[in-house]
Amino acid sequence: MFGNFDTQVLIKNHALLLNGMLISLELTAIAAVFGMVIGCVLAFMRLSRLLVVAWIATAYVNLLRSVPLILVIFWFYMLVPKVVGHPTGAFTSVMIAFVLFEAAYYCEIVRAGIAGIRRGQAQAGLALGFRPTQVMRYVILPQAIRTMVPVLLSQVIVMFQDTSLVYIVGVRDFLTAAEVVADTNNRPLELYTTVAVVFLAICLTASLLVARLRPRTAR
Amino acid sequence: MNYHWDWGVLFRSPYFVWILSGFGLTCLISVLAWGIALVVGSVVGVCRTLENRAARAMGTMYVELFRNIPLLVQLFLWFYVVPEVLPIAWGRYLTRGLPYAPFWTTVVGLGLYTAARVAEQVRSGIGAIPRGQREAALAVGFSLPQVYRYVLLPVGYRTIIPSLTSDFLGVFKNSSLALTLGVLELTATTRQIEDYTFQAFEPFTAATVLYALVTFTAMGVMRVLEGRGRIAGTLAIGGR
Amino acid sequence: MIEFSHVSKWYGTNQVLKECSLTIGKGEVVVICGPSGSGKSTLIRCINGLEPFQKGDVRVEGVSVAARGTNLGRLRTRIGMVFQAFELFPHMSVLRNIMLPQMKILGRGQTEAEAKATQLLARMGLSLHGAKYPAQLSGGQQQRVAIARALAMDPQAILFDEPTSALDPEMITEVLDVMVALAQEGMTMAVVTHEMGFASKVADRIVFMDAGVILEDTPKDTFFTAPRTERAQQFLSKILQH
Repeated sequence: MFGNFDTQVLIKNHALLLNGMLISLELTAIAAVFGMVIGCVLAFMRLSRLLVVAWIATAYVNLLRSVPLILVIFWFYMLVPKVVGHPTGAFTSVMIAFVLFEAAYYCEIVRAGIAGIRRGQAQAGLALGFRPTQVMRYVILPQAIRTMVPVLLSQVIVMFQDTSLVYIVGVRDFLTAAEVVADTNNRPLELYTTVAVVFLAICLTASLLVARLRPRTAR
Repeated sequence: MNYHWDWGVLFRSPYFVWILSGFGLTCLISVLAWGIALVVGSVVGVCRTLENRAARAMGTMYVELFRNIPLLVQLFLWFYVVPEVLPIAWGRYLTRGLPYAPFWTTVVGLGLYTAARVAEQVRSGIGAIPRGQREAALAVGFSLPQVYRYVLLPVGYRTIIPSLTSDFLGVFKNSSLALTLGVLELTATTRQIEDYTFQAFEPFTAATVLYALVTFTAMGVMRVLEGRGRIAGTLAIGGR
Repeated sequence: MIEFSHVSKWYGTNQVLKECSLTIGKGEVVVICGPSGSGKSTLIRCINGLEPFQKGDVRVEGVSVAARGTNLGRLRTRIGMVFQAFELFPHMSVLRNIMLPQMKILGRGQTEAEAKATQLLARMGLSLHGAKYPAQLSGGQQQRVAIARALAMDPQAILFDEPTSALDPEMITEVLDVMVALAQEGMTMAVVTHEMGFASKVADRIVFMDAGVILEDTPKDTFFTAPRTERAQQFLSKILQH
């Protein structure tokens, strides 16, 4: 089956592949950090008493969660140069697309985390005399963050896999680099199997690590 | 930002037909892949809830394998690698004989990928049922398959209706990956219109609207199903 | 000290409180009882503003709870509350549960807050548990910590919302003992409970509610020996059978 596996092509092109992996990781990191920040802002907007603010955030989140990432990538690939006024390169457009797309998902995770804290806790805080902002700060958020962290990290792993989609606009991530090598050397078997194995190794290890973070259900 | 707006392009032929056919292909891929996902996913999910260690291990391996490799990579594997790895005759059929190979590759690849997620939902749905239910059913005299058929699965499925809906929407959105193999589904069609007419906003908006509409409809259907499926006294289902 | 005047509350179209009027004087211990869904918990939650109401007025030390200018935060520091589910903050140690509100709301310094917390824990017989987390304590211990947390704020009155309903039978006594001691020290208390033994020991008055209406509001002895309404009689006979 795998009798004719050509390891040479992998060794000769390892620099290209490693470079691609660096791009994938870079994209993941940027999208994770900025996506989380914007996601938190959106979450608090959704919880806001000002109806307009809540509505805007809700519309944004619902819209971005109902369309495929590929379409979002195409949108920003087309839009960013137009808005900026001059060509910006695929990487920038794709990065913006990822940040804004993932922000919607992070928003929902944060919101669910906060909503998951029992109402009695907030009531107990208020009954003691804490102001609502103090209740959020001392009672709700510390507990919510503990439950949110594993889910947020899982989303980062999902995002790492999603970065493979930048293939469609030609950004040289890990998968695209492998495709280039596969095409030039006519060795799709070796390259794509390697890509699969590498992703499997990284994502599996990462999810096992995250699983250890999950809070044991006390009570 | 100077841009020449032309909403009429959406309704001119042949673009209008292109959009319709693209949307139709998206729906077709989604439905077929979802069918595979439900069947395979249920089997794998049930395996993970059995007492038999081997069954549980195989279920876990399936889920971890299909969950930790990006869908696009999986599609590439199916399309480029599997034909090489199979016996020569089969491989040749896949690359040359099979009509609409990219379409079927997407359906199978997407279906098996989503099956891993469905398996997880089924597993947690059954896991949420108190152990006493299974024991009571066995005590009455049901065989294990009957326990699953009459007690565990009916209740389990009802609990997971919201998560299954979101997985179905995931399938619908992921069908767009077919364009990397050359299938002219909805997103691909809008890109094609952009190529032909230099109008990007209008077709992209059309696609966005269509995807959003499907999401909205699916959510509505889900609420109806949830309402119909409610079992009195179970907090897990729609309870607060 | 606490006055209800014709308070009515609706949840949507469902009226859960109907023209409730009640006075609780300083130092009084009032027990509120009644079947499930009668509105007892809702009633006491109107006192510290946890439940808004649509009609009527509630006054605490003369201050109207629902008025726009009222500083609810300050009002709540003068009224303590103990919950059925204890509601200790699980991410803080026992000591911190009692100290944090003192420090952040009353502005007490850390040493002062800690001294007060330690003193209250000693009073509850829980001195050794200060560094533990709520999940490591039994239900009865958690509830006593919750009472200590409320007492740390030096309240003028304490509200109890079915404080023993979530406890195993063997732990009910330890909590009731604390509550009896509090009553004997002169604390103003409004207690929603089914524990009639407690009521007969320390209550000054018993209030009986059914379907959102206050049916009885009588001194303890009168309630137990000669309740006026038939509903209260039924309730008593069922409860006292245990």
